[in-house]
Order: sequence, then structure tokens, then C-alpha cells
Amino acid sequence: MGFEPRIVAFLCNWCTYTGADLAGVSRLKSPANIRVIRTMCSGRVDPTFIMKAFDLGADGVLIGGCHPGDCHYAEGNYKTLRRAHLMKKIMQAYGIDEKRLRLEWISAAEGDKFQEVTTTFTETIRSLGPLDWRKRIGQGDRVENPVTV
Amino acid sequence: MAKPKLALYWASSCGGCEIAVLDIQEKILDVANAFDIVFWPVAMDFKYDDVRKMEDKSIDLCLFNGAIRNSENAELAHLLRAKSKALVAFGSCAHEGCIPALANLTTKDAILKWVYKDSPSTVSLNGGVYPQTHTKMPEGEIEIPEMWGTVKSLDQVIDVDYYVPGCPPQPFQIWNVIEYILSGKPLPPKGSVLGADDKTCCDECPRERKEKKIKKFFRPYEILPDPNECLLDQGIICMGPATRSGCGALCTKANMPCRGCYGAPPNVVDQGAKMVSALSSVVDSQDPNEIDEILNQIADPLGTFYRFSMAHSILKRVDKI
Repeated sequence: MGFEPRIVAFLCNWCTYTGADLAGVSRLKSPANIRVIRTMCSGRVDPTFIMKAFDLGADGVLIGGCHPGDCHYAEGNYKTLRRAHLMKKIMQAYGIDEKRLRLEWISAAEGDKFQEVTTTFTETIRSLGPLDWRKRIGQGDRVENPVTV
Repeated sequence: MAKPKLALYWASSCGGCEIAVLDIQEKILDVANAFDIVFWPVAMDFKYDDVRKMEDKSIDLCLFNGAIRNSENAELAHLLRAKSKALVAFGSCAHEGCIPALANLTTKDAILKWVYKDSPSTVSLNGGVYPQTHTKMPEGEIEIPEMWGTVKSLDQVIDVDYYVPGCPPQPFQIWNVIEYILSGKPLPPKGSVLGADDKTCCDECPRERKEKKIKKFFRPYEILPDPNECLLDQGIICMGPATRSGCGALCTKANMPCRGCYGAPPNVVDQGAKMVSALSSVVDSQDPNEIDEILNQIADPLGTFYRFSMAHSILKRVDKI
């Protein structure tokens, strides 16, 4: 058996979750590597959730939200956008490839986009290989931060 | 009736916690009156053997400060756990790892190399001499503690009864804790955080808050902040929103941002993650490139958000040594 990525997807109730549902009822083939967690808004995805996913064995995290301007709660997705950018900086500092976190805007009508995103993201993670966070840090294999004076 | 027994110990820390205990000023005499101090290496001469000879559970209260970063720290943590009825992780290092735990972002080898070989102030003899745990001398073999690869908080090594946060804990809070214990009231449930409050630092901060919109971040030396306005509003990264209250907002009252030493507020698992969340909400942009530009002004986000809580972060190291 080769490496099968484990991907946790936090999908917003109003757009992306419905989009994923559409992909399903349209019988579009998506990889089985995605584990979906439905949240009321992509803005509900606390950075703690992302970290916990990585810590508990996820190789990648996908956040799906409404397109800019379409948020059910007016601007939850903008907060998610900024949060994802800051999260990527945190991940880099920890030594986790920032490509393991992906943020996508997928509307309820875009079942095909959901299929495309999950497929390409799974391929990205597959090429990056397993994160194995607990094992890696167990060996002290951290990216060394350059010491600046 | 014999007085209750008190022990204080200092593991991997700067010593500020010990000084903070003395900062309760003349009340230290009340402590000396109320307790029989059986172990306090910083103030009085005790040997580890004295502690080893004590009966198990004979120390009523042990205030243990400092992180666990070498074999000696761990040995004493286990020893004092066995001898103490109530063991308190005292101060930020024991509570959440604090500054020593930032070493977990790099490796033991890299640290030793920098300290004993590469740093500009080091004169390398024969390519650098590293500390050895065992050295043969004419009189016999001598031994020093072994440094660990991972710095741990106290509760990652032994069972801890209570936590007193702060770097260092504020003297009036220390006194609150001691007074509480002296009063003979029933002790709070195990695992409680004592000597702190249950809101965030912002709750105690007298500065005026408006709706936060940040276009540019400043480091404290780059700006003369308005003394009455919220520091975060002015673009200075203040850990207030992600920090437990209890210190009286001393730093912000002195025009310096909160650095987060009281640790995460109640019901927050990860202080840094909370700060990521809080900070993302206030950046004033909806354009990905501009967001990146603004966020790039934050120097060392990991070291800033986790300055005091690295050992307790979700993505912490989990190895044994």
C-alpha cells in the first residue's frame, strides 16, 4: 500500500458543504481521502482546529468557504482569509509546509470545483508525503530557525 | 501543633519567581511564622539529601518554579512530588514552559553548537569543548546533569495539583494564594489555576478600545504609543486578548504591550492559536496580497505568540527526552 493522505476538510454550511453535497448527488468522483467536518461558517474554524488536526494525524487541512461577498454572516470568510495567511506563517515557523493548508471559495453551485479542489489537493499532499508530526518531532527533526543577532 | 511544612524549588528558570516570593515584603515574615520552611535552596542552605531523608508526603506545600530541561530538574520534580502533599507549578516556566521552552523550536545539537562553538563571544579551543555528563578526575568520576532535547512544563513530567501563572507571579497574587492556604479553607479542585483571575488581560486594562483596524504593525521601539488608547488599536502586538487576567495589566499601564506571561485564559487550549485568531480579525484588508504585506510586518510570529506557552502548545514536542 502506498501513502494515502489523510485530509480534514472544514466546510462552511452555506456554500462549500452544499457544494460538496452537489458533487455527491451529481456523482462526481472525488478522492476518498477527505474527511469532512461541517461548520456553520468558515470563520468558525479556529486556528486551534487546524493545529489539532495536524497534531492528531492529518496530512493536510482544507477550509472551504463562500466566495468573497457571499458570506452568510457578511464577513466571516474575510476573517478566514486573514487567518489562513497568518496560520501559514505559523506553520512555516513550525517547519510544516504551508501547502498542507488550503483555503478555497466554493459556492453551493460549484460541485465540479469541489471535485477539482479535492482531487488536486489530495495529489499535492500525496507528493508532499506524510506529515507524521508526532513522529517527526520525536526525532527532534525541526527546521532550525536561523539565529539572528 | 507543628507548623505546616513549606518547600520552594527552582528548576530551569531565571530566578525571578523566587524573588517575587520575597517581594511580598514584610509578609514574608508571616510566611516564616506560619510555615516551617524545609527546603528553599535560593535562600537557605539545604542539601538534596535532606529532602531524600524526609518522609513521603511530609511537605504540606511545595512551590515549584522553573521548566524541566535537564535530568537534575526532573529528578527533583519526582522527588518533591513524592514528598509533597500539594505541589504547585509556580510561575510561567513550570506552568507552560515560558522562555526556556522556546528552545523546543530548535534542536539540542544546534543549541550546544551555538553556545559552545559558534557564538561570537565564544573562544573555541580545539574546535569547541562541549559539556560532558561524566568526567574522570584523579579523585574519581564527576557527574553533571544531562541536558534534554525537549524543555517540558512541570505537569508534563509529574502530577501537578495547582498552577500559579505569571512571569513572575505578582506578589499580591502570591500572597493571595498563601493567605488562602493559611486560612484553612477547603482547597480548590485539583488542577485549578490559583493567583489569577478568569477573564483576559484586556478586562483589567484601562485603555480605551475602539473598533480595531490595523494596516501596519509596529514593534514597541518604533512608535510612541498614545498612553490612553488600546495598544493593539495602535498597531502594537499586545497579547492581552489571549492572556489570562490577574496581573493588573501592569505592562500596558506602563505603555508596554502585554506579552502573555499569565498564559492562556480559561477554556483556551492554545494561547498562540487564540492570538492568531484575535489578530486575524483586526487586520484591515480583504486583499490577499495586502494581507500578506501587513502580516509580514510581524517579526517572529511563533516566538511572539508562544513566548510563554510553547511547552503547552498543541503542536508541542512529545518525545521522552
